[in-house]
Amino acid sequence: MIPGEFEYHAPSTVEDAVSLLDTLGDEAKVLAGGHSLVPAMRFRLAQPRHLVDINRIAGLSYVREEDGHLVIGALTRESELEHSSLVAGRYPLLADAGRVIADPLVRNRGTVGGNLAHADPANDHPAVMLAYGATLVARGPGGERVIPVDDFFVGLFESALKPNELLVEIRIPSPGAGSGGAYRKLERKVGDYAISAAAVQLTMDGSMCTAARIALTNVSPVPMRANAAEAEILGEEPTEDAIEAAGRAAAAECDPSADLRGSEEYKRDITRVLVKRAIRAAVTRAQGGA
Amino acid sequence: MSSRHGITVTVNGAQVTREVDARTLLVHFLREDLSLTGTHIGCDTTSCGACTVHLDGVAVKSCTVFAVQADGANVDTVEGLADGATLHPLQEGFWEKHGLQCGYCTPGMLMAAKELLARNPDPTEEEIRFGISGNLCRCTGYNKIVEAIQYAAQKLREAGEEAHA
Repeated sequence: MIPGEFEYHAPSTVEDAVSLLDTLGDEAKVLAGGHSLVPAMRFRLAQPRHLVDINRIAGLSYVREEDGHLVIGALTRESELEHSSLVAGRYPLLADAGRVIADPLVRNRGTVGGNLAHADPANDHPAVMLAYGATLVARGPGGERVIPVDDFFVGLFESALKPNELLVEIRIPSPGAGSGGAYRKLERKVGDYAISAAAVQLTMDGSMCTAARIALTNVSPVPMRANAAEAEILGEEPTEDAIEAAGRAAAAECDPSADLRGSEEYKRDITRVLVKRAIRAAVTRAQGGA
Repeated sequence: MSSRHGITVTVNGAQVTREVDARTLLVHFLREDLSLTGTHIGCDTTSCGACTVHLDGVAVKSCTVFAVQADGANVDTVEGLADGATLHPLQEGFWEKHGLQCGYCTPGMLMAAKELLARNPDPTEEEIRFGISGNLCRCTGYNKIVEAIQYAAQKLREAGEEAHA
C-alpha cells in the first residue's frame, strides 16, 4: 500500500515550518515520527496534499529539568524518554508509559509531541500528561502560546492546536516531596493500543492523599481525566476501600466503545482494576517504595 | 501530484543518488530502486518489523519512513551485515542455533538484534525478548531466536575482550 500523492516540504527552522503551515492551511499535515500518520496515509484514511517534515529542524529534541519542570522537546523520540536516567529516576509515571508505548522500533521513531498532537484517545501520552497536569507550548505566526493540558484535547483526533501552530515543547511540573505516579496498561499484545490504561499522579502527606490526578487511555472519545475517581482518594487515606471506590468511579465515568478489544462492560471493569493497580503503585512510590 | 526529490543516501557504506517520489517509502526504495531485497515487507501496517533497517544507526521500520527523509543519511540493511564470506556473529548465531524456520522475519530480527546488542552487550533473556518485541515471527520460533542472539552476544563480547587484551 502506497500513500496518496503529496508535496513534501522539509523546513530547517520552526519559523519556516510555521510559515509553511500558515500558507498551506489545513491542506498540510506535520510529519514528525510519522508512525500514526504514515500508516493512516497508506490506508488512505489521511490524504494530506502537503507534508511539512519537521525532522530536519534542530533543537526540538531534548529532555531536561528547568525552572521546576521537566521540559521535553516535541521532537524527542519515545526511545530517548525510555533510556533517560532523569525520567527513570524522577518521573516514574512517564517512565512506566515509556516502556509500553507501541514497540521498541516504533519508539525509536515516534515522538512525544506527535503522540500528543495527534489527539488520539488510544495514545498513551495524553493520559500521562493529563495526570501530570502538564502544559504544552505551541508556536504560531503570532509567537508562542502555552496551553494547559486540560484544555488541549477538544475532540476525537482534535487538539487545541490551530492549523498554523506547531507543538514545540511539553512541560511537566517536577514532582515535590511525597509524590508518586504510575501507569498501568492492558494490551492484547505488544504494539497494540491499550484495551484500557490508567495514569495516576498523587502526593501523600503521611497516610493522607493531598493531591491526585487520574486519567484514562482509550476508554473515551476524547482523552479524559477521571474526576470522580480522583475525588474518592483526594483528602482521604487511600485505604483498600477508598481505592476500590476510585476504581468503581472510573469505571462509571469512562465511556468506552465495544470493539475487537472487548465489550463495553469488560472495558469498564478492566478500567476499575487498572485504576486500582495504578493508585496502589503510585502510593507505594510516593511513600518511598519502588 | 507528488513532488520529486533528488536524494543521496549512503547505503551499506556506498553512496547512491536517485530521484524519488515524495511518497516512495524507504523500503520500496531499497527493494525496487536499489534491488536490496533482503529487507522484507511483512505486514504493511507498521506491526511486524520484517522491514527493519538502521537509519543513522537507529533501528526503524522502513515501511513507515519516506525515502526522501533518508536524504543525507546512512542506511544499513541486512546485506551489509556480513564481511565478505564471513558471517556477522548474529548471522552465525541464527545459523548455529536454528534461529529461523521460514526466514521471512530474519532480516528484521537481525537488524533489531544488532541495535539491541549495541545498546546492551550482555542482555538477559527477558531483555532480549523485550528488545525484539517489535518484530513478529509467524513461525513462533522465538526460543531459538533468543538463543541465536545470546550466541551472538557472547561471541561479540569475546571479540571485544580480545580486541582489548
